[in-house]
Amino acid sequence: MQSGIDMARVNYGSAIREAFVYLLDRYPKVFVIGQGLWAKWYVGNSMTDLDKFYGTERIMDSPVSELACTGAAVGASLCGYRPIVVHPRMDFMLYAMDAIVNQAAKWSHMVGGQAHPAVTIRGIINRGGEQGAQHSQALHAWFAHVPGLRVVMPATPRDARDLLISSVLCDDPVLYLDDRWLYELEEDLPPVVECPLEQEGSRVVSRGDDVTLVGAGYSAWLCREAAAALQQRSISAEVIDLRVLNPLDVSTVIQSVEKTGRLCVVDGSWSSCGLAGEVIARVSETLSPRKLLGAPVRITLPDAPAPTSGFLEKLYYPTLDTIMETVARLVIREGVHAKAVD
Amino acid sequence: MDMDSFELGDLANPRCYTEPLDIGGCDPVLLRAQLRMMLLIRRAEEKIGDMLAAQKIPTPCHLGIGQEAIAVGVSEYLRPTDRVFGAHRSHAHFLALGGEVTALMAEILGRDAGCSRGMGGSMHLWGGSVGFFGSVPIVAGTVPLAVGAALAAKKDGESAVAVVYFGDGAAEEGSIHESLNLAAVWKLPVLFVCENNLFSSHMHISLRQPSNRVARYAEAHRIQAATVDGNDLVVVSRTSDDMVAAMRDGGGPRFLEVVTYRWRGHVGHREDNDVGVNRSTDLALWKRRDPIRRLVDALTVAGEWDNHAFHAMDEAVKTEVEEAWQQAETAPYPPASALLDRVYAKRH
Repeated sequence: MQSGIDMARVNYGSAIREAFVYLLDRYPKVFVIGQGLWAKWYVGNSMTDLDKFYGTERIMDSPVSELACTGAAVGASLCGYRPIVVHPRMDFMLYAMDAIVNQAAKWSHMVGGQAHPAVTIRGIINRGGEQGAQHSQALHAWFAHVPGLRVVMPATPRDARDLLISSVLCDDPVLYLDDRWLYELEEDLPPVVECPLEQEGSRVVSRGDDVTLVGAGYSAWLCREAAAALQQRSISAEVIDLRVLNPLDVSTVIQSVEKTGRLCVVDGSWSSCGLAGEVIARVSETLSPRKLLGAPVRITLPDAPAPTSGFLEKLYYPTLDTIMETVARLVIREGVHAKAVD
Repeated sequence: MDMDSFELGDLANPRCYTEPLDIGGCDPVLLRAQLRMMLLIRRAEEKIGDMLAAQKIPTPCHLGIGQEAIAVGVSEYLRPTDRVFGAHRSHAHFLALGGEVTALMAEILGRDAGCSRGMGGSMHLWGGSVGFFGSVPIVAGTVPLAVGAALAAKKDGESAVAVVYFGDGAAEEGSIHESLNLAAVWKLPVLFVCENNLFSSHMHISLRQPSNRVARYAEAHRIQAATVDGNDLVVVSRTSDDMVAAMRDGGGPRFLEVVTYRWRGHVGHREDNDVGVNRSTDLALWKRRDPIRRLVDALTVAGEWDNHAFHAMDEAVKTEVEEAWQQAETAPYPPASALLDRVYAKRH
């Protein structure tokens, strides 16, 4: 810890709450709308008692109307407000697709850049625990596909806080997608420094030489854990946290793969037309095949909806073990000490 | 068919409401200004229709000829600080607020001088300076946005209101019901204006809804509603004036259903046969319920007007439209960089 800087240890859920507090304290045009905001359990510890501190006019629990609430937030954003819409599970957010994809994403372009919907849409990925097909989805790739939206997926408590602040202060519509599986993750946080979202992008979070591991959100956390464990097997993995999925910048990935020659992308969603495939495609388009020591691999969900049975659930989601085995095969098959040619 | 199918009664009967308007108590100066605006909208849309026929406009255009009284009546008591949203058939909504004809024509031709800087065409109009917050062609797409604009107005506490125009077809979208419910439960100052022209594209309302009176949805959501003749400028003006005044005083949302008829097909310049709908008998009757003719007749009867004055106004309006078209036709296209520069507020 650096001297002179106040660090505070908080978990991911509390870090999100800190961002809300920061924004609501400083920006009177910020308000929050969504289902369950006055309840104690809809969104974990990420918004506890905000309604009591900021009042129910700024923390608006809503009728069961995802589309109207999201559309209303888009409309309010066109009138100078910076609303945050909260969807406690992104599966339910699909009712709001028109407001997000047809309206918010295209508004600036359709009206010639004369108006911008500065709305943040927080969709929570909330899965596991036998919740089943409609309480489990991670649909970030859908939104990353659409020009006009920005999509962020924080993997650390610091990003959970800072990227929410950047999202709300950004003039564009932003999908902020946090993951309940990360809520207990702890980190020492320095004071907030506001950073424009346009300047945020992917980041190398641990250095390595043998293989490049790429993920976003919970998958980025898995990659970091895998890299730490792989060290004990003398495999040096470089980990890249994508952080911002739209607009997607993979220049750090390309630089890394140029060095390691091997690429493994982990994504907690489906494979077809997905994020992992997009990252691999962009690397393949840019790098000469001669730089690669093996075919890039992706670790994703099987092509099936999430099961409810706990037994099947264990088979369904990528785990630390899956990543380690896959990476070990990739590295060992191609020879751990082989290096990319120039 | 049960009685509900005919709930609108005479309002949907083109043989009724064809006489001169009752303009008793109206300011003749204001009426003449409103007449001029209706004429401007009519002639501008006729010009657009002609240019569609001449294949000079590639973008899809939905003409509202025959429906001019609604936008003119509703806009009369709005302020530039109010927030108005439209839909796919919104040329009139834009012009009635004071949007420039040249900016509309340039937009339809995809020029940089257009109201949406050439990025929207006929279906995505924007006019921030006159309070036109935008129109889009996704049916009912702007309705929740208007609710949000009303929420913002309520938070601002400055008595601004939001207005959203949509058609009878939009009332079949779930989005409308969520929006009516939100507006009612939060008492938001939003005026829902349903232009019930009895058709959604080629489908008559009797094939789509068990009643032809759309305001019943507002009543179900406990929103005060009125259903009036949409081809009567005076009635539309007075009703919306009352509703907007109540909304400015914190009275919550209102729902105005205006019954009307479009003279052209759903899209394009033709009258109806292009979509396989033969409604020529009804159309001929509805043309006698012309909102412009009925106002002109009323002014003439009242001695405020004669044919000569009308023709002078009409000629001036036609010249204005013609000049606007010519100006638009020679305006430059957006720069190639507009393709990417306008996606985000700041290019990444």
